[in-house]
Amino acid sequence: MARRHGDGGWSPYLAGALVGVLAIISAYATTAWMEKTHYLGASTTFVRAAGILEKQIDETHVEQNAYFAKTKVRVDWQFMMVVGIFFGALVASRLDGSFRHEWVPPIWRDRFGPSAAKRAVGAFVGGVVAMFGARMASGCPSGHGLSGMMQLSMSAFVALAMFFGVGVVVASLIYRRK
Amino acid sequence: MNIDQILGLGTGFVFGFLLQKGRVLRFEKQVSAMLLQDMTILKFMLSAIAVGMVGIAALSSAGLITLSHKAMNVGGVVVGGALFGVGWAVMGYCPGTAVGALGEGRWHALFAIAGMLTGAALYAELYPLLKDSVLSWADYGKIGLPGTLGASSWVVIGVFLVAVAFLFRWFEKKGL
Repeated sequence: MARRHGDGGWSPYLAGALVGVLAIISAYATTAWMEKTHYLGASTTFVRAAGILEKQIDETHVEQNAYFAKTKVRVDWQFMMVVGIFFGALVASRLDGSFRHEWVPPIWRDRFGPSAAKRAVGAFVGGVVAMFGARMASGCPSGHGLSGMMQLSMSAFVALAMFFGVGVVVASLIYRRK
Repeated sequence: MNIDQILGLGTGFVFGFLLQKGRVLRFEKQVSAMLLQDMTILKFMLSAIAVGMVGIAALSSAGLITLSHKAMNVGGVVVGGALFGVGWAVMGYCPGTAVGALGEGRWHALFAIAGMLTGAALYAELYPLLKDSVLSWADYGKIGLPGTLGASSWVVIGVFLVAVAFLFRWFEKKGL
């Protein structure tokens, strides 16, 4: 089952199970070295990064904002973890030759045409809405979907059902041709 | 870099490597899952959850780690979760996978990341307003499923694992 894709990709079952192992080791390691258990997550980092960027323009505004104060604008464990995701994906895709320059993904092109500008606007607007939602829900498919589910958190079951359920409806409205 | 940051960077590197190897970073995979045509991301996520929940429960019952539930704030999780679903379908990435997708050359993920930074900044501005409205509807706090059901974690995990096994079998049978 390990190599059914034939392009150097691994079985999603195997890669996923290894992420499960990583999550366990990470929970243990962060508790041992940082005195607090940290779980995989990504969306809080976008708040910190936005705060760091905004600080370059107006430092007092960021300092006075209740949400930035609550989140603490700094480069922490999770921030560097998100940076690490970039490098891990870069190395993996370079090693197996699956790195591809892409501006417009095929499914998008079939539906909206080859315009990179149109795709850029879609990605941007989708990003605004998704991140706003993720912050309301206090998590994304990493924080709720993986980490919350692993801990059997009530909120994770509800959040993941909403993410995926609404995603299914909206994706079929957008990408399925009548 | 301090120890926190080094640990984070190393963990993220392995996470990104595995996300890329599982081929779940791609727009195509995420949207195909939402179109119910290719369940790669669900196979990946549920495998991670299945393995992770056993280890997390074991470490937690041994007192070696502490659980950290996110609050079951009804307005936040339901309305926010729905908004996330809308944005996810359009963007074709989630926050972590957008960063990974950029690593494998999918440059349009840059605009997704720019959008998410904007969304985070917008949220910070509107937070006081939301705190007194949607986020104040009902908050059940940081609760777990086992406590809510009055069942042991191991029973919940057992049921979950059996359900996941059947789901995987069904995916493979249907060629999803």
